[in-house]
Amino acid sequence: MSTERSTLITTTVVEDDSGFTMVELCRITGATPEAVQAWVLEGALQPVGQGPHDWCFAGQALRRARLAARFARDLELNAAGVALALDLLDEIESLRSRLRRAGLAPD
Amino acid sequence: MKFKDYYETLGVPRSATQDDIKQAYRKLARKYHPDVSKEPDAEARFKEIGEANEVLKDPEKRAAYDRMGQNYQNGQEFSPPPGWDAGFEFSSAPDDTLYESDFFQSLFGRRARGGHARQHTMHAPGEDHHAKVEIALRDSYHGAHRTISLSMPTLDASGHVALRARQLEIHIPRGLVAGQHLRLQGQGGPGLGGGPAGDLYLEIAFAPDAVFRTDGRDVYLDLPLAPWEAALGAEVEVPTPEGSLTLTIPAGSSAGRKLRLKGRGIPGGGSKPAGDLYAVLAIAMPPAPEGAAREAWRALQHAVPGFDPRAGLKGAST
Repeated sequence: MSTERSTLITTTVVEDDSGFTMVELCRITGATPEAVQAWVLEGALQPVGQGPHDWCFAGQALRRARLAARFARDLELNAAGVALALDLLDEIESLRSRLRRAGLAPD
Repeated sequence: MKFKDYYETLGVPRSATQDDIKQAYRKLARKYHPDVSKEPDAEARFKEIGEANEVLKDPEKRAAYDRMGQNYQNGQEFSPPPGWDAGFEFSSAPDDTLYESDFFQSLFGRRARGGHARQHTMHAPGEDHHAKVEIALRDSYHGAHRTISLSMPTLDASGHVALRARQLEIHIPRGLVAGQHLRLQGQGGPGLGGGPAGDLYLEIAFAPDAVFRTDGRDVYLDLPLAPWEAALGAEVEVPTPEGSLTLTIPAGSSAGRKLRLKGRGIPGGGSKPAGDLYAVLAIAMPPAPEGAAREAWRALQHAVPGFDPRAGLKGAST
């Protein structure tokens, strides 16, 4: 295993950024534009804008879009299945955070 | 190199139909998918399953694997016999950086296929890469420079898959929280034909902490009190990720009460305000009382005659 070292790299917080275009989101997640459009139609992603060429996805969409891309690839889920899985994951996360607040470790 | 029994990995007999294989793969993939599974070895298992499926779902690869594998057991020492795949034609090139096991690579990887890394003549940006990193909670309070180690499979010039480790020194901005992503521009895959390099995205998680737990920007800790501190009120020293401070406990506090320290959670980032720190009160009992302590508890019992801790349970049994 080869190792290389580099100097201090500047970082930006994706969620604080202004957002992604469709093209950027596809590049980052490896999803096709058709898949992203289908997820938007199902309400799994909620961009602002008039149509696919104008869409702007909030920084927070990155996590959802990556999950969607992985579910579609690994589990062969269709858009409705992806939307359902994301909704259920959100619900699990909110239940987990209630457990965390109560001091009951969910993991 | 050990022989891998892909049928065993998917839990199907060698006589399984393509539909059986698909069904077994999907069931296991749902169970071990790293995004949903709570199994401790989910990620490793998921890779094994994916690798087995990559071979068995493809009738051509499966036939070649079957012919070669009929004399081998799982885990048996193995090297592919020359010409093992003669007469078979593989139409789909797998995404061979996805499955990095030596066994898979020696049979179906690009190096085994005698090929070379794809020749790109077009001008295109490099791939974006993703990785998960854990940071300490206190780094988010203060901001920090940290060195992280990443390894990723890469194809070298001759088409071999090699694990490349690299260390990156990165700036962790103040106010970064779990679930957010850092973008490291130009640290992804190399560009093609002079195109720009891709970016590297780091998904942030907090390393487990013995004292603090987080929910977004809010931070929680359990604060044990002696019964008399809860009853009489007290000034208590409380640790926070940015040093300790003194907290006033109101008289008559019960277990479970949350005391909020406004703005003492994770600092604000972007347009988000700072979170709060919550001390969740708990009551710790001293050891079973003897002598004078026992007398003191007894006196307390007589001093509060009407107190019924179970008043809320009245009428619960029929």
